[in-house]
Amino acid sequence: MKKIETQEVAKIASLARLEADRATLERFAGQLDNILEYMETLHELDTTGVDPLYSPVQHPAPFREDSVHQAYTQQDVLGNAPESDELYFIVPKII
Amino acid sequence: MSAFEAVIGLEVHAQLKTESKLFCACSTHFGEKPNTNTCPVCTGMPGALPVINKKAVEFAAKMALAMQCRINTRSVFARKNYFYPDLPKGYQISQYEAPLAENGCVSIVSGGSFREIRIIRIHMEDDAGKSIHSRHENLSYVDLNRTGVPLIEIVSGPDLRSAEEAVTYLKQLRSILMYLGICEGNMEEGNFRCDANVSLRPLGRERLGVRTELKNMNSFRHVHKALEYEIQRQEDLLSDSEPVIQETLLFDEDSGTTRSMRGKEEAHDYRYFPDPDLVPMELSREAIAGWTAELPELPPAKMLRFQEAYGLPEYDAGLLTAERDLADYFEATVALGPPPKVVSNWIMTDLLREIREKDLVLSRCAFTPERFASLLKLIDSGKISSKTGKQIFPELLLQDLDPGTYVQEKGYVQISDDSELTRILEEVLEENPKELAAYKAGKKKLLSFFMGQVMKKTKGQANPKLVNEKLQELLK
Repeated sequence: MKKIETQEVAKIASLARLEADRATLERFAGQLDNILEYMETLHELDTTGVDPLYSPVQHPAPFREDSVHQAYTQQDVLGNAPESDELYFIVPKII
Repeated sequence: MSAFEAVIGLEVHAQLKTESKLFCACSTHFGEKPNTNTCPVCTGMPGALPVINKKAVEFAAKMALAMQCRINTRSVFARKNYFYPDLPKGYQISQYEAPLAENGCVSIVSGGSFREIRIIRIHMEDDAGKSIHSRHENLSYVDLNRTGVPLIEIVSGPDLRSAEEAVTYLKQLRSILMYLGICEGNMEEGNFRCDANVSLRPLGRERLGVRTELKNMNSFRHVHKALEYEIQRQEDLLSDSEPVIQETLLFDEDSGTTRSMRGKEEAHDYRYFPDPDLVPMELSREAIAGWTAELPELPPAKMLRFQEAYGLPEYDAGLLTAERDLADYFEATVALGPPPKVVSNWIMTDLLREIREKDLVLSRCAFTPERFASLLKLIDSGKISSKTGKQIFPELLLQDLDPGTYVQEKGYVQISDDSELTRILEEVLEENPKELAAYKAGKKKLLSFFMGQVMKKTKGQANPKLVNEKLQELLK
């Protein structure tokens, strides 16, 4: 029994806005299926009483003081945009 | 009587009043030139790393404590993935499993009795930017100044039963946020927003019906209108045995109706996962205890105290404590001597009317509690009539004027001086011998004639109560 069908891989690709042809989707479906299969093996382990690991990093999140610091200008930020009018990012109409 | 019961739950987004954004040092200041408050972190540049703002956590935790939530000492940030140009990272940093706080409640007064509304969770997240859609070109313009501004989302249980109740709950949340000083609370400006989940079920049934989600309501009035409309729409469908379709609806303020926003449904697959850029956030017991100790007296407690300490009716206490500024103003005035109920009456009628009509902000008026108390003292001591007091009140509120000096200069001071009043009364009686004789002959109605003459002579500035007493005495 397959854990993931090509159809589902196609859906995930479209959610991520990735274009892929049939052959690629099938290839990924196979790879993802292997990964899920391995997860199934891991799942056999009894983890009762073990907290879920959200991050392998052992220290807690550092905090920042609430102070304003401006390091970049409007031009810097807009400089990377494919299209702008020096005020706004311009994109294809959303609605 | 309807055979159905409405079940409403609200998701409220409140922007936190911090100086800088949630994960970077960009300013949160509203109204700057587009894209000036931006940096690699909030514009989602590859490799830029978020670092959480301590103040935002404190503000969020204080709201959670005020809602009697349990705070998770370890909470996790997650990515909520979707594509939209005002979300440059391609995901919103939010919380999914292990949110900041869970299981709280807030009580509201509905239909004259207290109702407990459950708070399912409060979590932190960053805001999206704003886009302007061109009418003429096939383009949208994106401003990322708001991207990354801290928000909390407050999710209620499905415990609200009518549009009124939902609005009451919403106002209560806003009031608490403003008491805490952590949110501007302005729905029109979008720093306090609300989505609603609405379903209907036959009266007496436990299981919930199919719900719709309402969006785009940017005032209390809109929330009320949208909910009323949606409840009626679902009732009509169910009464005709037609199904309610689970979908997201937009409120249209022009028509007062809701309309479907189909097409976005597919995007509801957010594929949450823990954000690998942010390790779990840990809050110490000491920090939480410190924030708890810093909580101010909140509206429900203040309302009860106002009733007990000042002997005010529930209505007065509710109105006076709805906003912290007003409650403080009341207390500062009462502390200077005037009777609480008198102060309350003036606030509820004259003060609130003027503030609403002229769109004033009380804390910016030069009419301080000291001046308010001094005005009330001028009236109480009979120096001016209460009618004069009401007349000059709008002027005093708008201008920078000392009430005592103002009434002197404008000649509003009543003549309450005994000997001066007696002199004027004697003059009036002397000048009207015919009427005096008639009065003495039994025409007692002429008392008001003499009153009128005195008022005319003093241009209305004689203390009417004293004139009446004196006249009766002289005419004996």
